[in-house]
Amino acid sequence: MRISVTVDGKTHSAEDVWAGESLLRLLRDRWGLTGVKNACEQGECGSCTVRLDGVLVNACLVPAMQADDREVGTVAGLGAAGDGPGLHPVQRAFLEAGAVQCGFCSPGMVMAAEDLLRRIPDPTEAEVRAELAGNLCRCTGYQAIVDAVRSAAGGDRDRAKGDRAKGDCAKGDRAGEGRLS
Amino acid sequence: MNDVIGGSPRRADGAAKISGVFEYSSDLVCDGMVWAATLRSPHAHARILAIDTEPARKLAGVRDVITHEDIPGRKLYGQMMVDQPVLAGDVVRYHGEPVAVVAAEDPETARLAAELIRVDYEVLTPVTDPVAATAPDSPAVHPGGNVLARKVIRRGSAQNGEFPQAAVVVRGEYTVGMQDHVFLGTESGLAVPDGDGGVRLHVATQWPHVDQEQVAASLGLDSDQVVVSMAGVGGAFGGREDLSVHIPACLIALRLGRPVKMVYSRTESFFGHVHRHPAVLRYEHGADPDGRLVYVKAEIFLDGGAYASSSPAIAGNAATHAVGPYAVPHVHAEAVAVYTNNPPCGAMRGFGTVQPCFGFESQMDRLAEAVGIDPVEIRLRNALSEGGSLPTGQVLDSAAPVAELLTRLRALPVPERTSDDPAIVRGVGYASCLKNAMFSEGFDDHSTANVRLRVVGGAPVATVTSAAAEVGQGVLGVKRQIVRTELGVAEVEVVGADTRFPSAGPASASRQTYMVGGAVRAACLEVREEVFALARARLGGSLAEHRDLAEHWDLAEDSVVDAAGEPLIGLAELLGETVIDRTSRFHHRTTEPLDPVNGQGDSAVTFGFAAHRAVVDVDLELGLVQVVELAIAQDVGRAVNPLALRGQLAGGTVQGVGLALMEELQVADGQVLNPSLSGYLIPTMADVPSVNVDLLELADPHAPYGIRGIGELPAISSTAAVAAAVRAATGRAVSRVPIRPEDLVDFS
Repeated sequence: MRISVTVDGKTHSAEDVWAGESLLRLLRDRWGLTGVKNACEQGECGSCTVRLDGVLVNACLVPAMQADDREVGTVAGLGAAGDGPGLHPVQRAFLEAGAVQCGFCSPGMVMAAEDLLRRIPDPTEAEVRAELAGNLCRCTGYQAIVDAVRSAAGGDRDRAKGDRAKGDCAKGDRAGEGRLS
Repeated sequence: MNDVIGGSPRRADGAAKISGVFEYSSDLVCDGMVWAATLRSPHAHARILAIDTEPARKLAGVRDVITHEDIPGRKLYGQMMVDQPVLAGDVVRYHGEPVAVVAAEDPETARLAAELIRVDYEVLTPVTDPVAATAPDSPAVHPGGNVLARKVIRRGSAQNGEFPQAAVVVRGEYTVGMQDHVFLGTESGLAVPDGDGGVRLHVATQWPHVDQEQVAASLGLDSDQVVVSMAGVGGAFGGREDLSVHIPACLIALRLGRPVKMVYSRTESFFGHVHRHPAVLRYEHGADPDGRLVYVKAEIFLDGGAYASSSPAIAGNAATHAVGPYAVPHVHAEAVAVYTNNPPCGAMRGFGTVQPCFGFESQMDRLAEAVGIDPVEIRLRNALSEGGSLPTGQVLDSAAPVAELLTRLRALPVPERTSDDPAIVRGVGYASCLKNAMFSEGFDDHSTANVRLRVVGGAPVATVTSAAAEVGQGVLGVKRQIVRTELGVAEVEVVGADTRFPSAGPASASRQTYMVGGAVRAACLEVREEVFALARARLGGSLAEHRDLAEHWDLAEDSVVDAAGEPLIGLAELLGETVIDRTSRFHHRTTEPLDPVNGQGDSAVTFGFAAHRAVVDVDLELGLVQVVELAIAQDVGRAVNPLALRGQLAGGTVQGVGLALMEELQVADGQVLNPSLSGYLIPTMADVPSVNVDLLELADPHAPYGIRGIGELPAISSTAAVAAAVRAATGRAVSRVPIRPEDLVDFS
């Protein structure tokens, strides 16, 4: 089937989308939107976190067809690419806090953090850890990421008023799920 | 300036990574490229009777299928021992071993076609127990037998096979499960034919030059016909030292004359790289009545799996680090790496020292209990210090602050309990470790860098070029900081290089900041001398008072400055059209191979030291462990970038917690049971607390800037500290990691 998706404000279309094709494959391999990362393709790591009509999803678990005629937001649309004032406050906070090492988790982590701050403008450390537990990072030990999210919270607080999440966080079911041994 | 040594500048590649424009190896595309996928063995051990590739070839969109018969050059590869087939021929030796590779117009077709290949196997009984595999009558995985490396250290009276009497003796057997790196970016690469019979491979790797040699040998090409370029790396931790997509991607690219892209799925990634060696460790510690160590006997079995990878060096590390950072007069330590039909194991952060650390630290806890003193006190009484010697006889000729690290941790307050549930018990555990940095046992390691200084648009610009692998650790920024420190130039360009530039050595063995830093510094020092020579010639008579003070000159703020920091002349004016260009090759001090009989020798360049404290709550009904607090104290020599350094220490600590509590690639009868992130669990943000990082900076006088290698230490003693905390909380032996609920609760 033919589908059409608005990604970061720009409309893309694809022919012959097959039933099992994921939104992740569509974004990365058909449209070259490689700011969305592929680390597990099983919905476990959060590297491909995007917004679908304002709701946070793992793009690897969303059939491409479900995105037809809808809006997808990726990290590329969050702030201007590159350095400087164009970065979103969450992105800047990640840089300042040293929350980026290999950086593979960063696009998804930033998307999830930005969404968290819309819903909970000034989260506690425990809230950050519970809410972002669906995004895996193997480099940082998470400390710098938690610090970044909390330092971004101040800047995001005002913006978040009147711009609460448009829907429930699709990954919210992992909140507080902290795994024990 | 924040961007010299000791400052914490932002990552050079950070903005690109955070905004999604940084290109990892899996993001690369090329016009006309095909996608390749691998068929892997479902058996741990089997004879291949026939391979029928026709069903795959017939599928629309398939462009090529290769098996072992199509490898034009050397059919085996390996960095230390060349024993691993590129594609299995007559026998498969582990579950997941590559048998064939298919190239097709799209990734789904390639994967589907690979599954259509028919392989007739005669299934054989796998060898899976590494201890039993060392028996003389065990079936052999390779014709030479199953002992692939044996390293023995004999010190003191152990050289005669004797041990003095000890008032207190504790014995234990410990087990470590198979840990995986789980770097987030899976193995991937893009091979592009150069149109002239050669190929260029863009790949996520830790050492492009060693990849190049191995790829060229298997393709039957000269090394210079294969160019390996660093592509963006999504984490490494040792798992990218061995080849993955390299040879098949390059071979198919040459056969088709088209670019080839390969990206492993997460499941394939678990099969496609080596893991941390599972281990069985048997220890006997003898001490005097006060707990001072008299002797240690250690017998360490490392399951190397089906192929050698870096097992020989890992066994060497396990033996030389078998007693930890403690003074022991009489030692018999033996580490054996064993071939089995389990997945191959190789380099992973800590490289042969994580397993013994769990063993010797568990023994120290037992010894403390037997003597009736505190677990920290037993460690303090035996702690090595500067001037002390290791079981190899090597004397520690720089700071060895084991006692200080432990003392600092002990001084931290323990958080108050928040639960009054009697089924939740709290424990505090300590562990310490040492780790060699750089390559050991006589390996001549070196690193090359080039530094150019010239004027561009009226301002001095320094360019540093090296083939150092940036795997997330931040070596890009380190290079920039060193150039700014030495040349005082605001504008510094950092240029990566491929294999056409000399090697920088690998991003491994905690060596990159030290070795690449050493090379960049050496090149900078040559550039400085040239600048000062120009300045002396230029300033000569007019500033005669400075002529004899040239050794006190410095470079700062784009100028030559005097001892007081006052500018003498601007670099732009001084250089004019002159370009200063210097290439330097840096070697660390030489090391010795270990004596094959008694394991004596100055085998290591240098050592780093770290200690951890973990506070845990254990649910005695469910056998679940919650880590409440983590702290690490580490001597880093000199913190080049404290912010990045703290990130390394926190990250390594959490990897160690993962091994303590949840991470295990489970293998039964040679079958991998959980090759996915839903089956193999790594710590999430909710599983771990904040990490309290305490840096000690006792400069190593033999090292560039006093640097000590830092990357591996945080991943070593954290596992043992968590196990010690669980032991303290429960009174259980805790002799296996990862710790399972059934190890803590009798569920029957």
